[in-house]
Amino acid sequence: MEISVTMNGTARTADVEPRMLLAHVIREEFGLTGTHVGCDTTSCGACTVLLDGSPVKSCTMFGVQADGHEVTTVEGLAGADGLHPVQVAFQEEHGLQCGYCTPGMMLVGAALLERNPDPTDDDIRWAISGNICRCTGYMNIVKAIQTAAKAKAAAPAAATA
Amino acid sequence: MLPSRFDYHRASSVEEALSLLDDYGEDAKVLAGGQSLIPLMKLRFVSPGHLIDIDPIPGLDGIEEREGSLALGALVRHNQLASSEIITNGYPTLAAAAPQIADPIVRNLGTIGGSLAHADPAGDLGSVMLSMGANVVLRSSSGERVVPIGEFLVDTFTTSITPNELLTEIRIPTPPPRSGGSYLKLERKVGDFATVAVAVTLSLQDGTVGSAGIALTGVGLKNIEAAEAAASLHGTAPTDEAFAEAGRLAAAASNPVTDVRGTDTYKRHMVEVYTRRGLATASAMAAG
Ligand SMILES: Cc1cc2nc3c(=O)[nH]c(=O)nc-3n(C[C@H](O)[C@H](O)[C@H](O)COP(=O)(O)OP(=O)(O)OC[C@H]3O[C@@H](n4cnc5c(N)ncnc54)[C@H](O)[C@@H]3O)c2cc1C
Ligand code: FES
Ligand code: FES
Repeated sequence: MEISVTMNGTARTADVEPRMLLAHVIREEFGLTGTHVGCDTTSCGACTVLLDGSPVKSCTMFGVQADGHEVTTVEGLAGADGLHPVQVAFQEEHGLQCGYCTPGMMLVGAALLERNPDPTDDDIRWAISGNICRCTGYMNIVKAIQTAAKAKAAAPAAATA
Repeated sequence: MLPSRFDYHRASSVEEALSLLDDYGEDAKVLAGGQSLIPLMKLRFVSPGHLIDIDPIPGLDGIEEREGSLALGALVRHNQLASSEIITNGYPTLAAAAPQIADPIVRNLGTIGGSLAHADPAGDLGSVMLSMGANVVLRSSSGERVVPIGEFLVDTFTTSITPNELLTEIRIPTPPPRSGGSYLKLERKVGDFATVAVAVTLSLQDGTVGSAGIALTGVGLKNIEAAEAAASLHGTAPTDEAFAEAGRLAAAASNPVTDVRGTDTYKRHMVEVYTRRGLATASAMAAG
């Protein structure tokens, strides 16, 4: 079945079998390997992408369901003027170790800041509660999203990636 | 993990979905948020020949009060329930349960209709609906029927829906003034299904309990309505003793099994504790 998706702002089409999961379509048809498959059972959030701006688990959605929608992966976070504030903050605050969970964490963080530009630590912990990290112990992930919020507030124009 | 092959049909209206159900019936599954069906298909516990995607149908995601009831479209997502002002203000049992379902990412896709049609005994919304006396609206190409939730939830993963019907709406009677509700859920971590959960909805009338509904999650083959426990409260003063007795009756109505989440004894005890606490919370809210 032919699908049309706005992938990271660019119109793309692909011919996919209905049983192909969105994660596979993204990785294998569109060649974007930043979306990771961790558990493959809807539990870890490593495969999180944004569908029309909201986080969804791409291992638990068929590619055909994304037809006509906007999909943002970690590759789409950076804008013309460089990295997204969340990406900069994950680097600064050491919000990652192995990096496997990081694309999902950053996308959830970026989506949270769109809805709630001034989150408390509790808001952040709540937002990332569907994403599992086996390395960091979460402290620096929370710190990174907090740092990104402050950076966005200080330079709102640069934050519209 | 890939499911086995299926034909994918996208419905753009209820009528179209119903005609697809007529065509493919037994060999078709309705796809809503996919958060229960897709994991089952990946494990090949179910392998339908046809999927009828109802997600694109417009107008099935409404939340509105109508003729003494809250009418919820089948495609209302869990996160929509959690952020609705109508629900926060008037339907405290549902407001308490919604943010405790699954995790925030699953809640962006999972729907109320899918949750009820899935009929998982560990599902949270079945108990909420039992405690509030909700009805579900089932439509087919030959008409519509309104079914009390207690008759809809038949057994584990089994409802009284027929293969050519679509669940289109859930109707919850608007609680009278001086009502309260609570949903207490014991889970090992965020995103886990309940070890035990208890839904309580209660109203006060002239200083005594007017109506009460109590339902239990994760402690039987389906969501259990603890009718005897609720009936024991009618017309009584909302005292700790009355709530303790209702807690004992609710525990007696539960039928938990020992598994990774805990022993049957522990779960039964938690039903008692949560019923008692839930009633106290709901009653304080009703006395407001
Ligand atoms: C990691 C994880 C944790 C979870 N934790 C919880 C939890 O703690 N508590 C809880 O209650 N749930 C939990 N769930 C389940 C979640 O709430 C699902 O969203 C819900 O059970 C199914 O809704 P859905 O819209 O995704 O339905 P789908 O998966 O699309 O469908 C489920 C079933 O219902 C049928 N169906 C769907 N809509 C209709 C309709 N309108 N008419 C007729 N049949 C229909 C489908 O054919 C299918 O059989 C969890 C899920 C995951 C993946
Ligand atoms: S890979 Fe999708 S949730 Fe783990
Ligand atoms: S950094 Fe390794 S899983 Fe999170």
